[in-house]
Amino acid sequence: MIAANKNSQFTKIQELVYELKVAEVMTTNLITVSSDTMMSKLRSILRDNRISGTPVVKGGQMVGLISVEDFINWLSRGGVDCPVEEVMSIEGLLQELQIDYHEEEIHRYRASHFFEDMIADKVTINFHYHIRGKKIEQGGEVASDLKRSLKRLGIHPAIVRRAAIATYEAEINVIIYAEEGRVDVNVEPDVIRIEVRDRGQGIADVACAVEPGYSTAPDWVRELGFGAGMGLPNIKNCARDFDIASTVGQGTTLKISIPTGGEEKRCA
Amino acid sequence: MKLSEIIGILQAEVLYGEDLDRIEIKQACGSDLMSDVLCYSMQGSLLLTGLTNPQAVRTAEISEISAVCFVRGKKPPAETVDLARKNDIPLLLSKYSMYIACGKLYSAGVLGCDDRCE
Repeated sequence: MIAANKNSQFTKIQELVYELKVAEVMTTNLITVSSDTMMSKLRSILRDNRISGTPVVKGGQMVGLISVEDFINWLSRGGVDCPVEEVMSIEGLLQELQIDYHEEEIHRYRASHFFEDMIADKVTINFHYHIRGKKIEQGGEVASDLKRSLKRLGIHPAIVRRAAIATYEAEINVIIYAEEGRVDVNVEPDVIRIEVRDRGQGIADVACAVEPGYSTAPDWVRELGFGAGMGLPNIKNCARDFDIASTVGQGTTLKISIPTGGEEKRCA
Repeated sequence: MKLSEIIGILQAEVLYGEDLDRIEIKQACGSDLMSDVLCYSMQGSLLLTGLTNPQAVRTAEISEISAVCFVRGKKPPAETVDLARKNDIPLLLSKYSMYIACGKLYSAGVLGCDDRCE
């Protein structure tokens, strides 16, 4: 952990350290001992390689770690020669970790290969949600459910976040201005299409409505932290294609698409 | 910075949250306008806000904000805390005003979301 320097600013090097991943600096050329290596041999292995501990391997799998501390404890117990596996200390924990890791691997495989595993000329997954108007306390439930579902499909977290933000804003708009609405999401391997349709009052001037800061929101909406005229601009910012059609007195249909493999459009 | 350190700086009360040492806050943002938060906040941030209704937590959930701190001693209603518990998003309560809370964190080295974009 590196603290900020006196001026409370982060230097470039500190910044770099924050971004650095363990994988980039870890030792890959490891010295290991097999589980049946005798303790009497371990001392010379540690000394000759100038190391304070080493992974213990059995049948190609790591089963534990043996350290200088284990060695000293062994000596203090009398130092009767035996295989390292009888002395190493974290065997159980390690196996547990391995099981967890294995389960995570399986989960990740299932998720990220979901589309690849489907055999068809075209695969599309549809999600449908219903929004009840004027129920502000429920605002965001659709976005939240969609976010979870997209994550399960193994879509990149940054893309999921973008889809969720756009849906949340659209959901809030439906809640403010309409009696009810529906959200239809089509997920294809390379694109997420979101359509939000409501039967509400409609937008008189669509060109104005997409301008940042333009708002017709009533006070009760502003008190809830929305209605500052950033909803549609935010949605536009999250999307690649953005299309909105509205008829006063009938309702509004918003269509956006977000590529699943694209680079982040914003810095967020 | 660890969330537990931030709690110290803001002299905050923990309304919900467990094991706060494990949460690393990368940057912070302060706003009562949820659309602004959705627009420029970054994943892993702390949100400082005077807005205590559940939408503050919902916004945090949707934009992957790691923790929310209510400023000026405003206690959120029970449904806000419930939603935070459901999504495991720590909630803090600080007596400091928005300006002071942001200033204290910034001078302690917690950058803003826009700083991180530059």
